[in-house]
Amino acid sequence: MAEEGQGTYLYAVARDSFFECPPGVAGASVRAISRNGLVAYVSTVPLDQFGEEPLRRSLEDLDWLAETARAHHRVVDAVAAATTTAPVRLVTVYEDDGQVGDLLDRRGDDFLELLDQVTGRREWGVKAYATPATDPRAPDPTADGGHAGRQGAGDGPAGREGTGDRHAGRLGMGEGHAGRQATGEGHAGRPGPGDRQAGRPGTAYLQRRRASLRGREQARRQALRRADHIHQALCALAAAGCRHRTQDPRLSGRDDVMLLNGAYLVDEARDAEFAELAGTLGGDGVEIRMTGPWAPYSFTVLEAT
Amino acid sequence: MDRVSQSGPVVRPTYGSGPGSREPANLGDILERVLDRGVVIAGDIRVNLLDIELLTIKLRLLIASVDTARELGIDWWEHDPWLSGRDRELVEENRRLRRRLSAVEGHDAEGHGVQAHGVAGHAVEGRAGG
Repeated sequence: MAEEGQGTYLYAVARDSFFECPPGVAGASVRAISRNGLVAYVSTVPLDQFGEEPLRRSLEDLDWLAETARAHHRVVDAVAAATTTAPVRLVTVYEDDGQVGDLLDRRGDDFLELLDQVTGRREWGVKAYATPATDPRAPDPTADGGHAGRQGAGDGPAGREGTGDRHAGRLGMGEGHAGRQATGEGHAGRPGPGDRQAGRPGTAYLQRRRASLRGREQARRQALRRADHIHQALCALAAAGCRHRTQDPRLSGRDDVMLLNGAYLVDEARDAEFAELAGTLGGDGVEIRMTGPWAPYSFTVLEAT
Repeated sequence: MDRVSQSGPVVRPTYGSGPGSREPANLGDILERVLDRGVVIAGDIRVNLLDIELLTIKLRLLIASVDTARELGIDWWEHDPWLSGRDRELVEENRRLRRRLSAVEGHDAEGHGVQAHGVAGHAVEGRAGG
């Protein structure tokens, strides 16, 4: 039983015996609560950090959140490396050990069923990035820089046309700044159909913009189809699959737009086959990257009361 | 009883690199799993993370420091006359959070925001394929 001012933090539920883990959140050691053939991995945590009110504040603190998430993940990861595991969502804190025991009693069958579904399987992350620099169908990066910067912020695959893109983003935002255009890849100086409109830059701009938006929309649809195709192909080999939100370039750490952020539950015997398939789905403007293996986070979604 | 290695790298080195191109998990990969997935328990627990959606959105903003965004060519807030009020709020919030972060970490404002969070080792990797 937890003492006054302490709670029981739950990381994961597994079968079998207890396997030792690295330290958990707030540096606390991890121990087991066993019941009904199930093992709950828990730590004792101080409620001045893990009580409801402190958590409301600290969850808004990225450093705290990142550290806690990594610690939670480290424990889950270690358990998953040793045995079939059902990870529990971050900061699930009970009053005491007794309540965790009750949970295992009450929902034991659900946990066992969940564990059955992921036994002998591991989760792999597969991300597909658009690398439109090699895609001849990508819209002209200088045509409408106005939105390249925005798109780079994550709302469309067409926003990253390679190295020129960075420049385009700046230029575009200065669309009204003649000085900027003159020093950069000014549209006005470029020979082509637009010249005719030189006297009416506003009209020319709108036409360019319209054409560019059309091309962009086309490229976007194409990219989405491609992502669907990759996801379906991977799902066909995997025991299950799901899609996470695609990550903003700032979060992924890559300039390239993420088309697909998938998670796949794969039989261990088919790991190599899966990775090979993933590899073949890249190319032609799409780069495939894998993460994992993960504890089956994405496939142990259970609402327990 | 089996023993599990003490250190917990995000990608276990024992699995090595397979045929596919691997990348290390970034903080986003971890958070979308530990916050959005897994067994959710309601009822007798002390905390209900109903605001988690809001949190992850904030997180995405926070991770992009203004400097990093600028490096990526995302500087539209400085020039875009059509910038919506909502966007401006987000930018402002981003700046505010970043200042707080810098203060907390005593972090050099010229550095890379992403790295400031200790995310960099995971989030930033070779861009040669790009």
